[in-house]
Amino acid sequence: MAKRDYSLIGPDGARAVETGLAAAEWYHTDVPRKVMKELMQRSDAPAIRDTILLYGLMVLFAAIGIALWPSWWSAPFWLAYGVLYGSASDSRWHECGHGTAFKTPWMNDVVYQIASFMIMRNAATWRWSHARHHTDTYIVGRDAEIAIMRPPAFAKLILAFVGIPDVIAFVPRVIQNAVSGPTAEERTFVPQSEWGKVQRVALVHVAIYAATIALAIWMGSILPLMVIGLPRLYGAWHHVMTGLLQHGGLADNVIDHRLNSRTVYMNPISRFIYWNMNYHVEHHMFPMVPYHALPRLHEAIKHDLPAPNRSIAEGFAEMWPALRRQLAYEDYFLRRDLPPTAKPYREDFHRDALGTQPAVE
Amino acid sequence: MPTWIRACATDDIDEEDLIRFDHAGATYAIYHSPDGKFFATAGLCTHENVHLCDGLVMGHLIECPKHNGQFDYRTGEAKRAPVCVNLRTFPVKVDGDDVYIEVA
Repeated sequence: MAKRDYSLIGPDGARAVETGLAAAEWYHTDVPRKVMKELMQRSDAPAIRDTILLYGLMVLFAAIGIALWPSWWSAPFWLAYGVLYGSASDSRWHECGHGTAFKTPWMNDVVYQIASFMIMRNAATWRWSHARHHTDTYIVGRDAEIAIMRPPAFAKLILAFVGIPDVIAFVPRVIQNAVSGPTAEERTFVPQSEWGKVQRVALVHVAIYAATIALAIWMGSILPLMVIGLPRLYGAWHHVMTGLLQHGGLADNVIDHRLNSRTVYMNPISRFIYWNMNYHVEHHMFPMVPYHALPRLHEAIKHDLPAPNRSIAEGFAEMWPALRRQLAYEDYFLRRDLPPTAKPYREDFHRDALGTQPAVE
Repeated sequence: MPTWIRACATDDIDEEDLIRFDHAGATYAIYHSPDGKFFATAGLCTHENVHLCDGLVMGHLIECPKHNGQFDYRTGEAKRAPVCVNLRTFPVKVDGDDVYIEVA
């Protein structure tokens, strides 16, 4: 395959549309309607409990951090606060963006706006980019949320653990959005009716950051930025760690989530921060199932999926060598075996994508 | 000329649920509301070509299974992003145990 062009207005995207890879019908495991209806049911209770816990812990850790500032004794509390701010906000943005976290729509919307601000994403733009991510998951030139492009840029990946590439991309973009609305690329997936909203959201974000910076200058201290803004850097590591595992080292340009997504068993703390998105094949196959029902969905369909990785460490041990191999051979990807109970991958659908992988795995 | 077509039996659809109905190359969604009434809309989401029959009925809303956009299936009104374009609706009548929809 020729070198990949990840631009949303480039030739790979146009080719995906021509060949039918874009907006294609994806493989789904058969689940009885009655079971699926039960799994899709919404509830406010789990997300209210988790949200009170999340914001309560954030207030507690920030309060202790401020009280102990500038002593180094405050550091552990900032690190804990940072992970909740800079990583848990990613999963809250994600689940509330889908509208599945809470049953009550306004609760989804409120947490979505707060989380979008904390994770430095324009709430209006990213709702649409994520819709595209689900339509065209890891279709090159179509998916705006491909975290690891090929060949992998390892320096950028490592810097992402402290949020640097995201913040570097965010700052000029939020200013541009505030001045003139969505960029040319964003206009490929954000409907025109929403362009004004993109600009308004950006103006709110810029105003909050400007006020925080002004307060820091007035106080002669970075303390306000330790609370707002900087945690997106010093607390990003967990969402990057879990996020890279979602699709890293797996196939692109296929229409079977078993080939391009990864489910990883995780510890309870990571699952709280990540809101169960470790069940990522399940989430992509059935995005209407709320986070709290994903473990049950996993039990219902695991007979049709590749075996999950048993830990974050095992996931990285599988993914990292594959990424390194993609440095030399861009088309390489991990093709995981299916259990005997699973329906096979549809080779006819994926011949172009799968036919070029090397024999050795 | 509008024609009434039998779509299903009344007990083919649970309350607060829907089924898919294909006819003459077109696909429709037939709904059984929580208050016992029947409705019909186009079967594909207006955002992407996704069959609504795999979605979730919540009261009088149908949620698309792919992107979680929502419509009021009584009027077809788009209620939640990413859907922006309303869904086409079709007249429905119940005759005995059968549900009919009027197609053009």
